[in-house]
Amino acid sequence: MSHVDALSPMAAFAAALLVLAGALLTVIGSIGLLRLKEFYQRVHAPTMGTALGTGMILIGSMVLFSSLESRLVLHEIAIGVFMTLTTPVTFMLLMRAAMHRAAPGGGGEDARQEEP
Amino acid sequence: MMTTFLHASLLAAQVLLALAMGCAVYRMLRGPRAQDRILALDTLYVNAMLMLLTFGMRTGTTVYFDAALIIGMLGFAATAALAKFLMRGEVIE
Amino acid sequence: MKRWLPFPVLWLLLVLLWLLLQTTPWIGHVLLGGVLAAGACLALRRLQSPRPGATSGRSTLRRTVAAAALAMHVAIDIVRSNIAVARIILYRGTRNQIAGFLEIPLVLRDPLGLALLSCIITATPGTAWARYEGERGVLTLHILDLVDEESWIATIKGRYESRLIEIFE
Repeated sequence: MSHVDALSPMAAFAAALLVLAGALLTVIGSIGLLRLKEFYQRVHAPTMGTALGTGMILIGSMVLFSSLESRLVLHEIAIGVFMTLTTPVTFMLLMRAAMHRAAPGGGGEDARQEEP
Repeated sequence: MMTTFLHASLLAAQVLLALAMGCAVYRMLRGPRAQDRILALDTLYVNAMLMLLTFGMRTGTTVYFDAALIIGMLGFAATAALAKFLMRGEVIE
Repeated sequence: MKRWLPFPVLWLLLVLLWLLLQTTPWIGHVLLGGVLAAGACLALRRLQSPRPGATSGRSTLRRTVAAAALAMHVAIDIVRSNIAVARIILYRGTRNQIAGFLEIPLVLRDPLGLALLSCIITATPGTAWARYEGERGVLTLHILDLVDEESWIATIKGRYESRLIEIFE
């Protein structure tokens, strides 16, 4: 009924599993954003989605398109490289901003959690 | 049989990613502090990027890939600028 | 050669990245990518700060072996820590009280090595890079599951830092 009918069963199975697992990891990470109770703990939750979740979905996409066009489609690697290089920068900046705001005078690590 | 499984799991993945985007939006609206909102915005960007990739896999076109790449880049620039703003009160020193 | 192409490895990587983004293989893409990558390398030379210290004469083979071992350990740790953090989020959630900051003294000084360490630490959920003080060489991490400080320090220093030193210093 659509383009995926041309896929080999193995590739379809592998892509399906990878995408499903990646999406599951990402959604657990986002649920962690809701459930964990302070900022420093919440920082950990989205990294599940940005690291392994993204990686799995990208590999799944590579498998699907490579099988579909019967040649190696690798441009998803570009997104992977880009994500691994940029995520540490954003999270470091956010952590530093949070610590800076928590301690106006010195280097204390005690966070006020309520908006003043 | 396998293609049905692939269709079902792509649909399920999209539902899960939509749920993840919903969680991020809720955290972005609730706060409580500005850094929580920025973290949620960053998560929202990544989830939207993954959502576009799954759309691309469902339709079999590579156009969505370019859109995903651009969302990833813009998300990085936006989050970095916002975090910088939070730290100093200005983006470019 | 050194003047027009200051970073040959980076140049090659940039050309490969450019070719990855093209959907059709064509000789023009190679040429255009080569010119763009050379321009980027020249721009980087203006930005680059001098690297402190000279690298020791460790053989390329030993560096490659260390890099492969590091990649394997990181892959295992990413999967393991994803499972651990998923469990904390789903079962413990709001009752998680044991998160905290941890200071680790580092021997590693190479900027590239530290950058790679930050990528590893961010990619494994459960550990987040909080602060690095360059003069003292002390790295502060925030750890979601801080039950055993000693084992965390042993993981970071033994599994990652020792191999990064082997690769970069």
